[in-house]
Amino acid sequence: MGPLFPTGAIGDELNMLIGFIIGIGFGFLLEAAGFTNTRKLAGVFYGYDFVVLKVFFSAAITAAIGLFLMNHYGLIDLNEIYYPKTFWIPTLIGGFIMAFGFIIGGFCPGTSICAAVTGKIDAMIFVLGAIIGIVGYAFTYEPLWEHLRGTGKMGKVDIAHWMGISDGTFILIMTIIAAITFFAITVIQKRVTAKRDYQL
Amino acid sequence: MDKSKTYMNSYLAGILLGVFMIAAYYFSGEGLGASGAMKAVVIASVNDINHEYAAKAPYFAARVQNEDKSPAKTWLVFEILGVIAGAILSAALYGRLKLSIGKAPTISNRTRLIAALIGGILFGVGSQLGRGCTSGMVMSGMGVLSLSGFIGLVAIFGGGYVLAYFFRKLWI
Repeated sequence: MGPLFPTGAIGDELNMLIGFIIGIGFGFLLEAAGFTNTRKLAGVFYGYDFVVLKVFFSAAITAAIGLFLMNHYGLIDLNEIYYPKTFWIPTLIGGFIMAFGFIIGGFCPGTSICAAVTGKIDAMIFVLGAIIGIVGYAFTYEPLWEHLRGTGKMGKVDIAHWMGISDGTFILIMTIIAAITFFAITVIQKRVTAKRDYQL
Repeated sequence: MDKSKTYMNSYLAGILLGVFMIAAYYFSGEGLGASGAMKAVVIASVNDINHEYAAKAPYFAARVQNEDKSPAKTWLVFEILGVIAGAILSAALYGRLKLSIGKAPTISNRTRLIAALIGGILFGVGSQLGRGCTSGMVMSGMGVLSLSGFIGLVAIFGGGYVLAYFFRKLWI
C-alpha cells in the first residue's frame, strides 16, 4: 500500500532517485506543452492562448480522479502524503502577490526553471529574481511575515467536506466545469486570434 | 513547418502530468513542486555561509538542525534536477534549445528583462507567504482536493485576470 517511502517500503536513496525520474517527466511535459514560451503562458489572461488552463486542469483532474480511485481501492493512504494545510489569509495574500509576479514576470517558478535551462534569458532573470525574493523574505521573516503567515489557520481541509459534499461529487462537478471551460476557451481563442496574429 | 513551434497536445500533456503527480504521491508521498526546491537551495547556501545565524533565525532553524544531512538534500531538489534534465531533453527534441528572450514584439529587451526581474522577486515573496507556488501548492493541492490549493488557484489566476488589463502593454 502506498505511499511507498513514507510507509517504509522503499529507502531514502531510492526515493531520491524516483524524485529525479519523476522530475524528468515533469520537466519534459512542461517544455513539450510550450510552458517555456512566456507569451503562451501570458496568453491565458488575454485570450490568445489557453495552454496553461488546458494543461493545468487536465493534470489536476487526472490526479484527483486517480488518487480518489486508489484511495477507494486501498492502494494509497492519503493521510500519509503531502497535503497542503490551509492558512487562508496568507495563501490569499501570497497568491495575489504571485498574480502580480505572473502578469509582470510572465512565468511561475517551475516554468521559469524549464525556460532558463533551455536558453530563455528572460527566464534566467526571473529565476534570479525569485531567489532574491526568497532571500529577501527570509531575512525580513520575523518583523514582516512570521505573524501573517500563521493567520487564518484551518488545518487539513478537504474542499469537498468543507462544502458539505462527498469527494466523488466534488470531482464530478470539477470535471464538468472543466469540460465546459475547455469548450468555452476554444471558442474564445478562435475569436481572439482571428482578429490579429500574436506572433507567438 | 517549423518544428520549434510545434507542441504536444495540451490535454495529453496535462493527463500525463497528472499521472506523474499520482506517481510522486504513490512512491514518495510528495507533490510536484518548484519554489520549495528554490527555498531549499537558499537555506542550504545561507547555512553554508553562516551556520550559527541559520541555526537561530526562525526562517532557517527548523531546516538546519540535522548536522549530518544537508538542507539541500531533499526530495524536491532531486525532483527539480530531474525537471532541468527533462526540459533540456524535450527542448533538444523539438529544436528549441537556443538563447533567446521571450517577449511581445512591441516591447524592448530591456523592458522585458526588468519586468522579469520584478516578477521573479514578487513570485519569490508570494510563494513563501502563500506556502508554495503554482505547482506545489495549487496544482498538487488541487490533486488532493486541499482547500488551500483552490484558494491559491482563485488568488493567482483570478488575480491575474483582475490585473491583466493594467499590464496589457507588456504582452499584447
